[in-house]
Amino acid sequence: MSEQLFSKKNMKLLTDPLGSNNPITVQVLGICSALAVTAQMKPAFVMALSVTVVVAFANVIISLLRNTIPNRIRIIVQLVVLAALVILVDQFLKAFVYDVSKQLSVFVGLIITNCILMGRLEAFALGNKPWPSFLDGVGNGAGYGMILLIVAFFRELLGSGSIWGHKILPESWYIAQGGFYSNNGMMILPPMALITVGVIIWVQRSRNRNLQEK
Amino acid sequence: MDKNGNIYTFIYASVMVILVAAALAFTAISLKPFQTKNVEIEKKQSILSSVNIASTAKDAEAIYAEKIVNSYIVDATGNKVDGDAFAIDLKVERAKPAEKRLLPVYECQTDEGLKYILPMYGTGLWGPIWGYVSMNDDMNTIYGATFAHQGETPGLGAEIATPGFQQQFKGKKIFDESGNFTSITVAKSNETAPTEHKVDAISGGTITSKGLQKMLLDDFTTYKAFLTQKKQ
Repeated sequence: MSEQLFSKKNMKLLTDPLGSNNPITVQVLGICSALAVTAQMKPAFVMALSVTVVVAFANVIISLLRNTIPNRIRIIVQLVVLAALVILVDQFLKAFVYDVSKQLSVFVGLIITNCILMGRLEAFALGNKPWPSFLDGVGNGAGYGMILLIVAFFRELLGSGSIWGHKILPESWYIAQGGFYSNNGMMILPPMALITVGVIIWVQRSRNRNLQEK
Repeated sequence: MDKNGNIYTFIYASVMVILVAAALAFTAISLKPFQTKNVEIEKKQSILSSVNIASTAKDAEAIYAEKIVNSYIVDATGNKVDGDAFAIDLKVERAKPAEKRLLPVYECQTDEGLKYILPMYGTGLWGPIWGYVSMNDDMNTIYGATFAHQGETPGLGAEIATPGFQQQFKGKKIFDESGNFTSITVAKSNETAPTEHKVDAISGGTITSKGLQKMLLDDFTTYKAFLTQKKQ
């Protein structure tokens, strides 16, 4: 039973969700929030961090309780744990990063209904020890966050000409200043997030043939 | 004990709910001061932005302390009432009959003279909308306006919170030449009103635009006595 903390099996829990078992691009879960909060990188990052914290700790808590939870109310127990953690995160955001919390608005509350979280609790934490559950949570949160940040990078760059709120395209490029360039307003709207996610899925599947459906 | 029995399930659920409730209540109470502070800073930023002063969350308090030279409460007849103007909750005042409302006024010293800032509160399509309108000392010409909303549709009603919409208000007048009260019309292209009393409504945001117009009409009406008194 003296399995090492970072054995090969455990590392796989951490890295699989980043690639071949990504919650967004492979399992296609958690799309709603991925479309809504990715117009800029900063809220996307905070959302990714919040989801990672919530899913990692919820996994640990459920895993610790897994032998005591009455089978008939296990979904309710999972929901209560999730909801409590999400409200905690929301309260902390409101207290310490108010402007970000306003931008995320209802989506923090909606972490509770994010399918990734319930999916991990039900599929993994209920049947595994706390440490692997923690790694699984961090891995899935990171996999989700990675896609959010990639999408947000392109949407913010092409939609607002900035990265992380800093203008990076020179002002002189813009038509208003006599240049040739103008921001693509479509990129700020949710449909382009869906298309960006679609492109990422396309790239990933063309590189990894195992993921292609027959 | 039988883990699938009713008694175990009941006890488990009860203990869990009590523990979670206690933890959440504790967090909410201990973080409350920070959250209240954030809301206050945001309010100060809105008040400042109605007189076209930009501020960040960090410097808002300092700028507010420097620029807002006076604040007080008036009643519907225009007389001053004791109390802290900043602490007035407009939602509560809104529920009272017009003649009993407490009306906050802020005075701001800008580079272009003394401005009077009046808070507004009304309803849009999905929820409350509110804002601050600043008046020149002729108590007739609008110097600036800022509006915010809780849940108007992005791209449509939510446009009331954009600078493009708000800048239209600068220079508009709420009394006509003979001194009659007209308020501001938020007008679609087929509606006629003299240019100095009219701003363009938002395409696709008719109900929010109408709500905003009603908010301005209602709230300017309750401030009318105060405005007329100051004008003389």
